[in-house]
Amino acid sequence: MMNDVRYMAPSTLDEAAGALAAANGAGRILAGGTDLLVQMRAGVVSPGVIIDVKKIAEMTTIEAVGGGFRIGAAVSGAVVGEHAALRQAWPGVVEAINLIGSKQIQGRASAGGNLCNASPAADSVPALVAAAATVTIHGPKGRREVPVEKIHAGPGRTTLERGEIVVSFTLPPRAPGSADAYLRLIPRTEMDIAVVGCGVNLTVQGGTCTSARVGLGAVAPTVLLVEDAAQALIGSRLDDKALDAAAAACRAVCKPINDKRGTIAYRTKIAGVLLKRATAIALERAGRH
Amino acid sequence: MSNGSYKWIGTRPNRPDGADKVTGRARFGADFNMPGQLIGKVLRSPHAHARIRSIDTSAAAALPGVKAVVTAQDFPDQPNVVVPTGEMQVNLRDVTRNVMAREKALYEGHAVAAVAATTEAVARQALALIKVDYEVLPHVIDVEAAMKDDAPVLHDHLITEGVKPAPDKASNIAKRMDNVKGDVEAGFRQAEVVIERRYATQPVHQGYIEPHATLASAAEDGQVQIWSTTQGHFQVRGFCSRLLGVEASQIRVTPSEIGGGFGGKTVVYLEPVAMRLSQKTGKPVKMVMSREEVFRASGPAPGGTVAVKIGARRDGRIVAAECTVALQAGAFPGSPLGPACWTSFACYDIDNIKVVGFDVVSNRPKVAAYRAPGAPISAWAVESTLDILAQELGMDPIDLRLKNAAKKGTKTSYGPTFDTIGFVETLEAVKSSAHYRSPVKPGMARGVAAGFWFNVGADSSAAAHVAEDGTVTVISGNPDIGGSRASLALMAAEELGVDYDKVRPVIADTSSIGFNFVTGGSRVTFATGLAVVNSVKDMIRELKVRAAKTWKVDPEAVVWENGHARPAGSNVGEFEPLSLADLAASAGRTGGPINGHAQLNAQGAGPGFGVHVVDLAVDRDTGIVTIDRYTAAQDVGTAIHPSYVEGQLQGGVVQGVGWALNEEYIYNAKGKLDNPGFLDYRMPVASDLPMIETILVEVPNPHHPYGVRGVGEVPIVPPLAAVGNAVARATGVRMTDLPMSPPRLSAALDAATPRMAAE
Ligand SMILES: Cc1cc2nc3c(=O)[nH]c(=O)nc-3n(C[C@H](O)[C@H](O)[C@H](O)COP(=O)(O)OP(=O)(O)OC[C@H]3O[C@@H](n4cnc5c(N)ncnc54)[C@H](O)[C@@H]3O)c2cc1C
Repeated sequence: MMNDVRYMAPSTLDEAAGALAAANGAGRILAGGTDLLVQMRAGVVSPGVIIDVKKIAEMTTIEAVGGGFRIGAAVSGAVVGEHAALRQAWPGVVEAINLIGSKQIQGRASAGGNLCNASPAADSVPALVAAAATVTIHGPKGRREVPVEKIHAGPGRTTLERGEIVVSFTLPPRAPGSADAYLRLIPRTEMDIAVVGCGVNLTVQGGTCTSARVGLGAVAPTVLLVEDAAQALIGSRLDDKALDAAAAACRAVCKPINDKRGTIAYRTKIAGVLLKRATAIALERAGRH
Repeated sequence: MSNGSYKWIGTRPNRPDGADKVTGRARFGADFNMPGQLIGKVLRSPHAHARIRSIDTSAAAALPGVKAVVTAQDFPDQPNVVVPTGEMQVNLRDVTRNVMAREKALYEGHAVAAVAATTEAVARQALALIKVDYEVLPHVIDVEAAMKDDAPVLHDHLITEGVKPAPDKASNIAKRMDNVKGDVEAGFRQAEVVIERRYATQPVHQGYIEPHATLASAAEDGQVQIWSTTQGHFQVRGFCSRLLGVEASQIRVTPSEIGGGFGGKTVVYLEPVAMRLSQKTGKPVKMVMSREEVFRASGPAPGGTVAVKIGARRDGRIVAAECTVALQAGAFPGSPLGPACWTSFACYDIDNIKVVGFDVVSNRPKVAAYRAPGAPISAWAVESTLDILAQELGMDPIDLRLKNAAKKGTKTSYGPTFDTIGFVETLEAVKSSAHYRSPVKPGMARGVAAGFWFNVGADSSAAAHVAEDGTVTVISGNPDIGGSRASLALMAAEELGVDYDKVRPVIADTSSIGFNFVTGGSRVTFATGLAVVNSVKDMIRELKVRAAKTWKVDPEAVVWENGHARPAGSNVGEFEPLSLADLAASAGRTGGPINGHAQLNAQGAGPGFGVHVVDLAVDRDTGIVTIDRYTAAQDVGTAIHPSYVEGQLQGGVVQGVGWALNEEYIYNAKGKLDNPGFLDYRMPVASDLPMIETILVEVPNPHHPYGVRGVGEVPIVPPLAAVGNAVARATGVRMTDLPMSPPRLSAALDAATPRMAAE
């Protein structure tokens, strides 16, 4: 139920973090609102104060920095999708963010909101994990930088401390022969929640995989970095044997639940299927670079 | 495509309600408001099955802003009397209990109390203050479990009907139905091939976009006004009158524009409650369901099990057919069992048929009508079995159906003998279609299935009024859920010989036009269309009288042609033709206003047949089905407004594909629905389907002046099996249980090829 809520839209991070800390747990950051407002209407959350971060420049811009990119946490999916250089360097991250919702949702939804909502099925997160993205966090005690996979603590829970805000994502510089890809399985073609999501990021030199990272979503309470799958790929020529081993590693880390969106057996199987398919797409893209 | 002699019929003008709908001006159920209105909210049972020991409403009633609280105590009990509603029958004793639980809550979401308060927030707080003392009882969700001897019994008084001798013990089997033609045993002895399978389907929701909503205002003198989103405002009036003991003429119900119904808005949920709350408070009371309430408490179509046995000669001639259908009725008896049984083999001319049906109650919301109620369930089973037969015989699936197709003169298993029908024409249209003649693309497979629906006639009233400038208003009483206003106006324009835009069709409230049965059974364009045509004929008769008066000749000496009165021949005299505008202008001198009226019980609704073809691919690793091409052909009588006929076919296909692939109710161990929303109740989205091609086969219904047959229900009957048959041909795995969702199909494929699962 929507009770009386206070709304503020500060233009600095200090103000925003201060207000969030002062709200004593009753404050919520508002980015696109495509999770928050839905949850408020459903009566799942009823914050006392809403702190809109879309007036904070650092959170709403994309910059090329040191060969990589810094993406403001509140940048909408549509804006991310229109950034040609980003699309070129990180097609998997961009396609993951662009898969969220529909055209209307894309105009609002942000990667920061997707991460901080902490759904294990959040689409952008496995791709960001595979990309070795780090997040910059601003809080009452200052700034810190952590790998993206350290943010989720469980369904709906993050490791952010009181008053902390995710400011931006940093994507590292690209080596030649690198590319990424993200695939999710949903029963319909859109407007659905991932039954499994898989991000794969590769560097291929002379036909051999020299580095790899794999992120898996919706198969455990948090999005997973699957190091065994990456190990199975690294050093191989991404032949069937390596792919089978990486798929098996993905299946092995799955700790899914049986629920209305899929069975344990199905989710586990699909984790392996998507690993192979996403790897094939990333490999094909890497060949073009 | 239509008879070339028509000027308006078969054309595609804009619908009269179109501009209002695309500009947001149209008013749907939740758009009606009155000064001083209260907001009503319903408290719903959290238990699937519980005895209600007591309800304490005192704390809720004492909350500031709360104006009234009602429970079953506020509704008089009803007799054990069955009345028709839409295509289904309901028992008044059960209706009042479904509107407000009495002795027991019978499903999660069952209404147990309601409040009216000054704001929605106060109403919600009040619900939380109502204390219900429940004795939780064991529950049963599935049909087969509910039929078992040791199943928890929902109704102590329920003795199975249709069984001799009558059982001495109550059970969940409300009814057994038997339906026999010829001698199946003898028939099966002639069979060279016999196919026997068992199938199951899940209940599915009609999925209308607009949730139930109503506004009721009861005045001190006993008069009541109700605004409601409904497929039958006369039914709303009838139910409110009976359930609350108010004379029908005291209740005036106005239907809003309707955001979908598909059969699900032929029953009442909120209206009697809002009316009772309004009676108690003296204020208008508005009630709107949330989507979650729609899923938990309004009627789905039943799920069911069907066992089919079909015997044929090697040449494809079917010699015997048998099926046993068990349908979930939900919490109260009354699934669409009859139609499920009668439609099962209705497409085919078979000498020996035996159908047995069971109506079974369980702890789910009471089912409501949904497009061709019951028929898709038996068609899923029968049309899948025919596909197996075609494969077994090495026969083309269309040829197998042509060999056995029902025709004029075929006697059905349930009694009637078909008059002119178009099943053969429809099969042939598919056989010669570009789609069916195209090669199946690599990686794809093709499925075919047919479907039947009776279509309904029943009671309609209509009026036609000439305005003073000669334009025409056509008044009828059926909420327009499929473009019926456009079709009614087209028929009126054709009959009258005036332009479509000179005819304005409106839908009158219950006090402004005679009785009309619900918008359902694909009856409106047929039956109400007939009433409109007759009302226009009545008006033309009067127009001729007025022209005769003007010319001082006999009315028989006047004919009506192209919107004008003319002398019947040269011997009548030389007169300039009189237009509608001329006759309207002089009406005051020739006898006053010029109107026409008609009322009827329409007989001879022509049955409809559909044949669907689908090409699809199955992703063997994921179980995901991708539909590449879909064609729906149907005998549509005459397509009055072809766009809306095509729309009916396309919409039916989409809903049928959802039924086949993803839609299901997911209950947890406690009998609570786990997916009461569109995210996890997976109806198809637009991007799931290609543009659906349609073939309109026009075999006019001899019992309608323009050959109209209902078209709205047939198209949901074939898709389930069309998709299943294509999946079977694509994978070699025959799915018998719906939905063929990715996890289920993937599991079935893995079970069939164990290697893949291990890989
Ligand atoms: C119709 C529809 C379809 C959807 N489809 C998908 C889909 O396909 N895939 C998918 O993954 N999701 C989907 N979603 C969910 C949602 O759109 C995404 O999670 C989206 O990325 C959320 O971003 P937002 O900016 O709208 O977040 P908001 O709703 O603004 O915020 C989400 C949560 O994160 C917190 N938060 C936001 N930003 C920050 C920050 N910078 N620092 C700290 N906390 C923060 C908020 O307080 C809130 O709790 C869908 C939602 C809808 C309504």
